[in-house]
Amino acid sequence: MRATLAGGNTDVRVLMTHPMETAQQTKGAPYFIQNITVKVNGKPVIEGEISQAISRNPVFSFRLKGGAKGDKIEVSWLDNKGETNKTETAVA
Amino acid sequence: MNRTLLWMFGLAGIAAFALPAFGEPNAREVTEVLKRDFKARGQATMDRVVQDGLQRICTETHDKPPAEVAKALEADQMKTIQYPSGSLMGDWKRAEKMAQSGRGAMWSDKPGVAAGGSCYNCHQISPQETSYGTIGPSLLGFGKKRGNGPDMQRYVYGKIYNAKAYSACSQMPRLGYSGTLTDEQIKDFTALLLDPASPVNQ
Amino acid sequence: MMRAITCGAVLALAAAPALAQSQFEKYQRMTAEGSPVELFELVGEDLWKKPQGPNNVSLEKCDLGKGPGVLRGAYAALPRYFKDADRVMDLETRLLHCMTTVQGRSPEEATKRLFGNADKPSEMEYLSAYVAAQSQGMKLAPGSTHPKEKESYELGKALFFHRAGAWDFSCASCHGEEDKRIRMSELPVLSTPKAARPVMATWPAYRVSNSQFKTMQWRINDCYRQMRMPEPVFGSEATVAMNMYLTTTAKGETYRGPGTKR
Repeated sequence: MRATLAGGNTDVRVLMTHPMETAQQTKGAPYFIQNITVKVNGKPVIEGEISQAISRNPVFSFRLKGGAKGDKIEVSWLDNKGETNKTETAVA
Repeated sequence: MNRTLLWMFGLAGIAAFALPAFGEPNAREVTEVLKRDFKARGQATMDRVVQDGLQRICTETHDKPPAEVAKALEADQMKTIQYPSGSLMGDWKRAEKMAQSGRGAMWSDKPGVAAGGSCYNCHQISPQETSYGTIGPSLLGFGKKRGNGPDMQRYVYGKIYNAKAYSACSQMPRLGYSGTLTDEQIKDFTALLLDPASPVNQ
Repeated sequence: MMRAITCGAVLALAAAPALAQSQFEKYQRMTAEGSPVELFELVGEDLWKKPQGPNNVSLEKCDLGKGPGVLRGAYAALPRYFKDADRVMDLETRLLHCMTTVQGRSPEEATKRLFGNADKPSEMEYLSAYVAAQSQGMKLAPGSTHPKEKESYELGKALFFHRAGAWDFSCASCHGEEDKRIRMSELPVLSTPKAARPVMATWPAYRVSNSQFKTMQWRINDCYRQMRMPEPVFGSEATVAMNMYLTTTAKGETYRGPGTKR
């Protein structure tokens, strides 16, 4: 994950490693991220839902208003099998 | 000119062509490097790094052997072609599927699983397939243009079995001779090119 | 009227390769947008700085040719001769060397998983991304003066045209003629600077088709697989020689990788 200050905002790019397999691919046993949460310094700022339509290892790029060097960005996700994962970085 | 003389001239010709640029290892030296730096895996065994005469001559002459040498190589390769008895035309529908497949003879292929022809890697074949390579010529309309009599069938079968019998240093693999394709498969490919009902000839 | 039609036909035929080439370039531009390459570089940086092995040290003392720990421009100067190993090495060969000598890791452990997959890239792939990125903007200048560097180049060149294997392929079988493609993939004539330059300026690279970051050692390995040959040993003289030949053919080109490819 990379979080950089750009003109008063924070640009974030994160790669979420996940197979993201559709029901069709798996013959009825889909496996994909359903919920994404972005927290800044512990406070949720983005709650998102994605579906099996998103392909393997999604890259999520987004821009946050404001931000300062050292702010902690945490991206966590929950998939349809109940597994969770997360990654965090400090704003550079 | 007797055969011995012919071969002597041929070999002298090869020697002249084979004089390497200063420092460049010759084919034999490269083979020693391959023997040391490669390892067997799956069905890709180390005998594959040993060049046969044709591979060596093509390497040494940069795929442009002198005419007499090319003729001699082609004649040798022609001897390896084994034609099955009966008709050489198989099932073009099966062939279209196999032409799409790039499997076969690699260390990642399960031994015993049928190989494909890898045909579309290099050739345009059926008009509806737009994802085709251009390393080899387009085969569109092959049978329509050239006919499909017994001589043409022998030519197509033979070419697929051992392309080097027709062009000594061709880049087309010797699909039958290398054991990649079976007789049945080559007959099917022959039909793909020559059968009037094949999409190739519509 | 006939002359106008013929002219038009001739122009169309002449334009066809240029049109095909511009479509390849367009595709390359589109795939580069949103590429996760920089995220691989970041993980690579963490791995470079992570203490590992029995010596419990990071790779930060590893000498990639510009001095211990010097990364700027190191990739662009590879492959090159290294006195301490008395051989020519490319990036991955040298990284392996540092893993075993600097970090004290066993060759078995360090070579256990050289190529990764979409679910789990390999350490070598992450490190390659990071180190290569530190040469952005520098001109490719592999070693050329040491006798072993010249030998390596000549071996690579001979290998490029060497026909062998079950299908009689050399590299030149596919990469030997201009404006050819295999299926829908363009085939650069890598023995010419014109074609080699944009290719070598963008490896290692993220490959969109398998969602994986791939390196030159992998590319050479996978070519030989498809050439129906046995497997080249990772970091062997033959593989380094091939890399040396290709990089030398591309020398002078400004490095702009890691790239994004199909």
